Amino acid sequence: MSQQETEHKSEWPLWEVFIRSKAGLDHKHVGSLHAADAQMAIENARDVYTRRMEGVSIWVVESKYLHTSDPDESASMYEPANDKIYRHPTFYNLPDELKHM
Amino acid sequence: MTVHSFEENFEEKLEKDIAIEPRDWMPDTYRKTLIRQISQHAHSEIVGMLPEGNWITRAPSLRRKAVLLAKVQDEAGHGLYLYSAAETLGISRDELYDQLHSGKAKYSSIFNYPTLTWADMGAIGWLVDGAAIMNQVPLCRTSYGPYARAMVRVCKEESFHQRQGFEIMLTLSKGTAVQKKMAQDALNRWWWPSIMMFGPPDDNSPHTEQSMHWKIKRFTNDELRQKFIDVTVEQAKILGLSVPDADLKWNEARGHYDYGKIDWDEFWNVVKGNGPCNKERLETRRKAWEGGEWVREAAAAYSEKRKQRSRQEAA
Ligand SMILES: [Fe+2]
Ligand SMILES: [Fe+2]
Repeated sequence: MSQQETEHKSEWPLWEVFIRSKAGLDHKHVGSLHAADAQMAIENARDVYTRRMEGVSIWVVESKYLHTSDPDESASMYEPANDKIYRHPTFYNLPDELKHM
Repeated sequence: MTVHSFEENFEEKLEKDIAIEPRDWMPDTYRKTLIRQISQHAHSEIVGMLPEGNWITRAPSLRRKAVLLAKVQDEAGHGLYLYSAAETLGISRDELYDQLHSGKAKYSSIFNYPTLTWADMGAIGWLVDGAAIMNQVPLCRTSYGPYARAMVRVCKEESFHQRQGFEIMLTLSKGTAVQKKMAQDALNRWWWPSIMMFGPPDDNSPHTEQSMHWKIKRFTNDELRQKFIDVTVEQAKILGLSVPDADLKWNEARGHYDYGKIDWDEFWNVVKGNGPCNKERLETRRKAWEGGEWVREAAAAYSEKRKQRSRQEAA
């Protein structure tokens, strides 16, 4: 059975909450909550996660729409980046007298 | 990966202080123990609103009222952070509520004591939140990611709780003789239940070793209790109040306060449901849940109606 089928019928759906703490910064995941719909999720998120002015913008996404990578495949998933240290600026040997680079 | 290597991988993460995240492999017993621990904690935050909620309408000034209201609202928030952390382990919110309302789940016994006077608001903030902070700060480094992150938020918010409580105690203890007496009486009644909040003594706490290994507990009950007593006794001196323990004495050799015998029979009796307010607390929670039924249904119906309307408009 899928998780949805086992879910209690009466339970409001679960939402993931993302908050921008100030203009110029990314929204960051802060937790989740239950709400009947998106508008209520945003209002609840304000009360639960921004009681001390922690945010200037809120995103909510119903949890079932979130797709994630499989942690058990992390090794092969991120392996291609492992041996490519030449993607970092420190890989290059340049003379000390070289400035502003 | 074989089960064996899953387990090795898990142990290695524990060893290296790498957080365990919801979709990572974890032993079943770790998952179950965490669900129990986090949900007990969540229930405590929620039930913990009741003793203080009792005084919101009778706070002595608008300032005190606003502060108490904000504090109680924070506790609701703490409950919600923790419930959502528990849900990442695969239990539903309804199941969690059900465990609380059916009496299957436990919550901190301290909330089964009544709040008789305004000074109890001071004693609770100072002692009960103080003890909670002592317990919770190390949990910010607990091995389970969502739990640790919830605890970071909780701890950030807790410190005002303790300070506002101490301020109430300070004001009363510098007030009239009657006010000071009220503060002393509150300390007398809350002291022992507060130091019991750390749980049974280490030699009677069979799961401590496993929990410490899993890093879901970072200090033993007695270690935390001692730390709390050492700090709090000094604070009582500032208030000019006396801690109701005749055996309390600074032990130079240990570098700690020695304290009197704790009445564990009382503790277990309250845990078993025979405290002064166990029935009342559970009944209040059940009534709130049942009374909210129509609101939950109406909100769900309204959301369904809006979905249908927007589908029609789109068609
Ligand atoms: Fe709290
Ligand atoms: Fe608190």
